[in-house]
Amino acid sequence: MKYTLAEKIFNAHRVDMPFEDTHVLKLDAVFCHEITTPIAITDLQARGMDRVFDPSKIKAVIDHVTPAKDSKTAEQGKILRDWARRHGIKDFFDIGRNGVCHALFPEKGFVRPGYTVIMGDSHTCTHGAFGAFAAGVGTTDLEVGILKGVCAFRSPKTIKIVLNGKLKPGVFAKDAILYVIKELTVNGATNKVIEFTGPIVDEMSMEARMTLCNMAIEAGGTCGVCYPDMTTVEYLWDYIKDEFESKEAALKEYSKWISDEGAEYEKVYEFDLSDLEPMATFGYKPDQVKPVREMAGTKIDQVYIGSCTNGRIEDLRAAAEVLKGKKINDNVRGIVSPATPAVYNQALKEGIIEIFQEAGFCVTNPTCGACLGMSNGVLASGESCASTTNRNFNGRMGKGGMVYLMSPATAAATAIAGEIVNSDLFHS
Amino acid sequence: MKTFGGKVLFLDRSDINTDEIIPAKYLTEITKEALKPYLLEDLILDGVDPKKDIEGKSVIITRENFGCGSSREHAPWALEVNNINVVIAENFARIFRQNMYNCGMLAIELPKEKIDYLFNTFSKKDVTLSVDLDRDKIIIEAEGKSEEIDFKIGGFDKTLVKEGGWVGYADKHY
Repeated sequence: MKYTLAEKIFNAHRVDMPFEDTHVLKLDAVFCHEITTPIAITDLQARGMDRVFDPSKIKAVIDHVTPAKDSKTAEQGKILRDWARRHGIKDFFDIGRNGVCHALFPEKGFVRPGYTVIMGDSHTCTHGAFGAFAAGVGTTDLEVGILKGVCAFRSPKTIKIVLNGKLKPGVFAKDAILYVIKELTVNGATNKVIEFTGPIVDEMSMEARMTLCNMAIEAGGTCGVCYPDMTTVEYLWDYIKDEFESKEAALKEYSKWISDEGAEYEKVYEFDLSDLEPMATFGYKPDQVKPVREMAGTKIDQVYIGSCTNGRIEDLRAAAEVLKGKKINDNVRGIVSPATPAVYNQALKEGIIEIFQEAGFCVTNPTCGACLGMSNGVLASGESCASTTNRNFNGRMGKGGMVYLMSPATAAATAIAGEIVNSDLFHS
Repeated sequence: MKTFGGKVLFLDRSDINTDEIIPAKYLTEITKEALKPYLLEDLILDGVDPKKDIEGKSVIITRENFGCGSSREHAPWALEVNNINVVIAENFARIFRQNMYNCGMLAIELPKEKIDYLFNTFSKKDVTLSVDLDRDKIIIEAEGKSEEIDFKIGGFDKTLVKEGGWVGYADKHY
């Protein structure tokens, strides 16, 4: 039999098949944050089952609203904090050490090729960039994951996306994934794993691969996956060097998490992205995508650079390259939120934070905040935001607000112009 | 086992997402009951006023990809505290669908022709719908007449509904 990457992970983790097309998998990691975990915790307490399957496999962070903005969010943080202490969960990241979960946990080396990961957060698909099966789940699945270390899934039917060619300067993983979502539609990968391969993906950094996989859910995908390679090994090396004699040995081991030649796919799409332009969304669905060029002139009230999609160091570097020596438009509020403390520190060292501040940006602590309209940059009704985040749903960043999704470079150029525009990094 | 069904709310649109079902700003609530007033608050759909139209309804019939977007189980909870425990659609976003069954609620998928038929025949009428899980039939009553439509759900889904959700099942078996 020939298997896809996701099928291989299922085969290695299946503990039960209680019904047709129902695979109960053993979990290598259960990630938790303060929005969806507290109700799981209080429900376990109410059932008299306040236990965890393995505290070393549970990682928790307060990231969505931090610092707490009111009594309710303070209470959510407290429930998670008290629970982590009570159960000896050592990898708990509270204020000062916290960052956006899907940027922080990979950075800490918590995701490895071949892993199964769940979290009560739809963008958990990000971690598939490491060749893992990582899926967002609801609070009940999370609760069972915490208690028993298992989760049930249907067969991981896979769509293969081959990205051919070479991206032009000024065109990024964000533009590529917006294009792919436009082609697939928001319902095109429902119940499917999306495998990203091809020369463009091979050349991408882990950060860029995480941007790709992060938005798999916007096409309905259960998980986005990339094949592990030397880029993966290099990224993880500090955390795995005691396990392997050499990087080559690590690569050899991880190479078992690659789809077999001849594996069965639901669909295969080949896209040549050599001529791809920077892309942006319009409307309220992430598949409503067109070239930035066609959006030119659209007025913007706020620019937001951050999130689990585009708040990593490469994203800040790209934006800073555009912003260097420039000021943002008087009518624009610029907000940048480095996704983790390490990203923040690195940006400080490289002078990137200074560039943002001199351009007129407000630099916030790492948090999800504005992306889902919870804190740190909520829009007023009728306002619009050029954003490097992942969802343009109605009301997403504030009731009555409009969100245009784009790359950090395009967002930075848009901040300077006060209206949507291509960055100077891109030459058509 | 609880019963499923009641008056029907028709939502004639695809891709109704979780932010429309329950906006993120209400995710700071730590009781399900607190979500009740906010169900479908940000829905974009002409002719539907959630504040008025949800009252008294126990079933939603809609189009494709209902519940896409976030993983928030607050979406099924917001339905549940408004006494809605059945959603019928062409298909559902994976996480939303699993959340419904994990909570012991029904997310029933029907082929496009049947969904079209339901909209064309019943959306302007006062309709009562019930679900017979033993016979895999949806029973629709309107204007004194009754008809049945077949549906299929998986063995796992049915077991979760009959046994009241995933936590109890998993605790017993794993």
